[in-house]
Amino acid sequence: MSRIVKFYGSIIGKKAVVAVTGLMLLGFLILHSIGNLKGFLPPNSAGEPDIDVYAHFLTVMGEPLLPDMVALWAIRIILLVALTLHVVTVSKLAAHNRRARPVAYRNHKHVAASLPARWMFVTGGIILTFLIIHLLQFTTGTIDPTPIVYGCVYSNLYYAFQKWWILLFYIGALSMVGLHVFHGAWSAFQTLGIDNPDRNRKLRGFALGAAAFLVIGFLSLPTLMYFDVMKHPNAYGESCVVSDGRAE
Amino acid sequence: MKFKLEIWRQQNGQDTGAFVTHEVDDVSPDTSFLEMLDILNENLTQTGGEPIAFDSDCREGICGMCSLVINGEAHGPKRATTTCQLYMRHFPDGASITVEPWRSGAFPVVRDLAVDRSAFDRIMRAGGYVTVHSGPKPDPNDVPVNPEISEKALDASTCIGCGACVAACPNGAAMLYTAAKVSHLSLLPQGQPERYERVQKMVNQMEKEGFGSCRNYGECEAQCPKSISIDFIGHMNRELLRATVVEPDDLRGDMKTQ
Amino acid sequence: MDLDAKIPEGPIADKWTRHIDEIRLVGPRNRSHYRVIIVGSGLAGASAASSMAAMGYKVDCFCFQDSPRRAHSIAAQGGINAAKNYRNDGDSIHRLFYDTQKGGDFRSREANVWRLAELSTAIIDQAAAQGVPFAREYGGMLANRSFGGVLVERTFYCRGETGQQLLLGANSALAKEIAAGHVNMHTRTELLDIVVVEGRARGIVVRDLVTGAISSHAADAVVLASGGYTNVFNLSTNARGCNVTATWRAHKRGAGFANPCYVQIHPTAIPAAGEHQSKLTLMSESLRNDGRIWVPKKSGDERKPSEIPEEERYYYLEERYPRFGNLVPRDVASRNAKDVCDKGMGVGPTGQGVYLDFRDAISEKGAEVIETRYGNLFDMYERIASDNPRETPMRIFPAPHYAMGGLWVDYNLMTTMPGLFAIGEANFSDHGANRLGASSMMQCLADGYFVIPITIGDYLSRHPSSEIGADHSAFRDAEKEVHERTERLLAIPGNQPVEVFHRELGKLMIDECGISRNAEGLQDALKKIPELRDRFWREVRVPGSGGQFNQSLEHAGRLADFLEFAELMCHDALDRDESCGCHFRDEHQTEDGETLRNDEDFAFVSVWEHRGVGEQPIRHKEPLKFEALPLAQRNYKT
Repeated sequence: MSRIVKFYGSIIGKKAVVAVTGLMLLGFLILHSIGNLKGFLPPNSAGEPDIDVYAHFLTVMGEPLLPDMVALWAIRIILLVALTLHVVTVSKLAAHNRRARPVAYRNHKHVAASLPARWMFVTGGIILTFLIIHLLQFTTGTIDPTPIVYGCVYSNLYYAFQKWWILLFYIGALSMVGLHVFHGAWSAFQTLGIDNPDRNRKLRGFALGAAAFLVIGFLSLPTLMYFDVMKHPNAYGESCVVSDGRAE
Repeated sequence: MKFKLEIWRQQNGQDTGAFVTHEVDDVSPDTSFLEMLDILNENLTQTGGEPIAFDSDCREGICGMCSLVINGEAHGPKRATTTCQLYMRHFPDGASITVEPWRSGAFPVVRDLAVDRSAFDRIMRAGGYVTVHSGPKPDPNDVPVNPEISEKALDASTCIGCGACVAACPNGAAMLYTAAKVSHLSLLPQGQPERYERVQKMVNQMEKEGFGSCRNYGECEAQCPKSISIDFIGHMNRELLRATVVEPDDLRGDMKTQ
Repeated sequence: MDLDAKIPEGPIADKWTRHIDEIRLVGPRNRSHYRVIIVGSGLAGASAASSMAAMGYKVDCFCFQDSPRRAHSIAAQGGINAAKNYRNDGDSIHRLFYDTQKGGDFRSREANVWRLAELSTAIIDQAAAQGVPFAREYGGMLANRSFGGVLVERTFYCRGETGQQLLLGANSALAKEIAAGHVNMHTRTELLDIVVVEGRARGIVVRDLVTGAISSHAADAVVLASGGYTNVFNLSTNARGCNVTATWRAHKRGAGFANPCYVQIHPTAIPAAGEHQSKLTLMSESLRNDGRIWVPKKSGDERKPSEIPEEERYYYLEERYPRFGNLVPRDVASRNAKDVCDKGMGVGPTGQGVYLDFRDAISEKGAEVIETRYGNLFDMYERIASDNPRETPMRIFPAPHYAMGGLWVDYNLMTTMPGLFAIGEANFSDHGANRLGASSMMQCLADGYFVIPITIGDYLSRHPSSEIGADHSAFRDAEKEVHERTERLLAIPGNQPVEVFHRELGKLMIDECGISRNAEGLQDALKKIPELRDRFWREVRVPGSGGQFNQSLEHAGRLADFLEFAELMCHDALDRDESCGCHFRDEHQTEDGETLRNDEDFAFVSVWEHRGVGEQPIRHKEPLKFEALPLAQRNYKT
């Protein structure tokens, strides 16, 4: 443990922490996106949307060993810690980097750095803001321009993405996620020294693939819902019928 | 050819410094960038001015002394080239050119365009060596080295220590320099006994000098006059991870009598 | 002047081991009481500093560059010789000795040359142990290449940057000793005088190039590893900062200067393009292994080289020297290039150039093979000359490259001034009248790693340590002189930049004391140099002050010394009324225009004693004995 603390004291150690936490968050995003794709699956025998069944599973994960919600909260706490470490460490590094060049160039030219690489702070900041809004909207239901019913994931999504501006907001935010992951995923491997010349192309490919998967995976359902390609939630039976745009 | 130069002038380390415009005329396209500055300096001397201080020595791209940021790029617009091997034919006639010193907290300005790069030497002193005294040594053929490995080590040790990587990095990081030095010795059999201690000490010193952190922009690789690959940065990161997290601090720990 | 070289008795092969057995040493416990100053941090300086510090001496090392790693040794490209006989082609210590002695045209001291050949193998071992990544073959064994003027393959190399890799090796050893506190490293610090008390060197006076502060450093011995003086020609392959100041100031303080007229002109440099050119870039001599040198037979031929048919090309080296062809020694290649250019066959805008052509090598061996061997050199040429050597021949011309002359030293590498040592290019010892390719680094490292750390003990052990401190009045006097000289330079009311005078001196020296010399030209130069020196001291303008980073002042001080030294060089060239090695006197040549030695009258080392600026110096002789290898006329024709 003392080694890890010592390691965190160094800038390369800090970078490694950013990389590891980044990869953890990326892993979460990939699972989250797979979960969302369940919106396309047919309902179960009781007529419930598959995604609602999956959402219910998340709450009871670990049963019967663990009581309800324990596994979910454990994961949430781990992710929260990872996110906090990610953000705090990056901020520390940024402060360090500002000290490394006290006098700026008149016009520093970038020869190799890609836009995603240079915009990591911008994309990261936007993602953080988006994340808070997203949680307030779909997890806690604090922000509810459209009806949010606990357990009715499909209908919650459906009503939300009937609004063009919500869809647009999500498209914008997820493009940021894509850019962030495109540089971050490759960069993490480089930072962790897993990269080497033979693997470099594959890792770049992985980063691009992961970014594309997330953007498409997250945005496909909402977009199709907006364009009425997906079924109306009322078609799934009685459990989540919402009237007047408000939950009963 | 004719050029308008915006050159950073700074009397010494305490001075704040500012850009001053100089003009130089009648330059042949086959003049090198530094020779163009020589001409300007001769003109300045003749007309009662003070010549511009800048570092250079071998003027053939190997000593690593020359160090100018030209139009925002370390060693100027031509890739894989030191300032001393940059020729005026690479600039359009009448161009306006901005010349600045390497900008880094770890490289304080000595005067005008000359900076103090002793931080690099201190990184080397922290561990960039194999501990051997002078005297009889085993025949090198007793330790065969795969030529691929040997060439890779040379790809790293071809670093001329100019500091362009630091100048080019948006974060002012010295990762490429340190990585080149660490990788050179960690690849060769001669460097094995001190391998893990070396990387820790050198990285430690690099941080003490106040260089920034790596964000994998790749600017250093692109502006390095020797085109040293950022793969070596990955290599160094791996070495450091292994050294701090995997390798035991005390190799003899398990052997002590209980 | 005492010119006893103190060469040990006995057969030549045993002299060095016997010497080590017999000389006095300083014991490990006493070494830390002795302080040694080393001036220069190139291959010789860095290897000497690290070796002595590791033995326990207190070392102060000085260099004018911003880092010890930037010393000009770093620019050596081709390789380093060692008599390893890895190729099984008949190499031996004796053969390396023979090649060096013959290459030097029998103007070097046999015992030193043998020692150099003997130590050559240990250098490779040492460097490899430090992690120098020498080229390897597929099986992991060290690779060799051949180099000009020899019949065996004994040159070890790291691509085209052997100098940088060897220097990084020596420098890493130095870095370790600096970190351990055994070496006190002074960068951006220039030697401006040697302090002599009772005839012995006791320390130096230096200027901090950043602050301008002048300070004194006392020591028990001073080692000069300050390199050569080839920048007397202004345009040379040397770095801009290379200078004669350390050795010249030592000479003015009493150390004998040996053979100053021996300067090697390298045959393969890129020709100068214009007046403001600041240096000549060397193309590695290894290019001559595969490239063919030629000029158009018709003088003033304006056609592109590719349009000139085979029968109209004059492959002058292959025709004149069938056995060695394009691999003749450097001086022969240089003189022949000048010869064909003087006859009007030269190529390029200035007519001062010859072609080095890879067309045949590419068609015979394949573009790929040639690319792996010379790709980086081709790129380098293309960057400078904006021509692609893969498609059109390179243009090359000789350029001053290396100074064989230097401070006279005995077998222990001590100058005529007790306590003052000279190693590497700064001394005169091993290369005679011409240096064999790939042996400069060998000499620097032999001196630094293996010779001086031992032989310096012979001097130190005879004297108590720390006799004199930097508070001694001799240091005050020397500092005062340095101050005065600096003030004098700054006070000159002229308006000409230093470079103007350096160019003028260089032009004069290359014309009259360059590839070939004659009595008339040298006498003329001896008249013109003092005039130029006077003009310099009247008309130069050194801007700025002495209390700051002032590159004009640095350059002015170095040029002032070159302006004095140039005269000595011409005196020596005039005095040596024979041709030998690189010293080619028009008056003394064979019917085919080869050097014609005069062993009867000139088989000696000329050692000069300074008598004041502008005064005729005194020439002393160290006779050369040829016991191991009888004198023979050099012949590269058959």
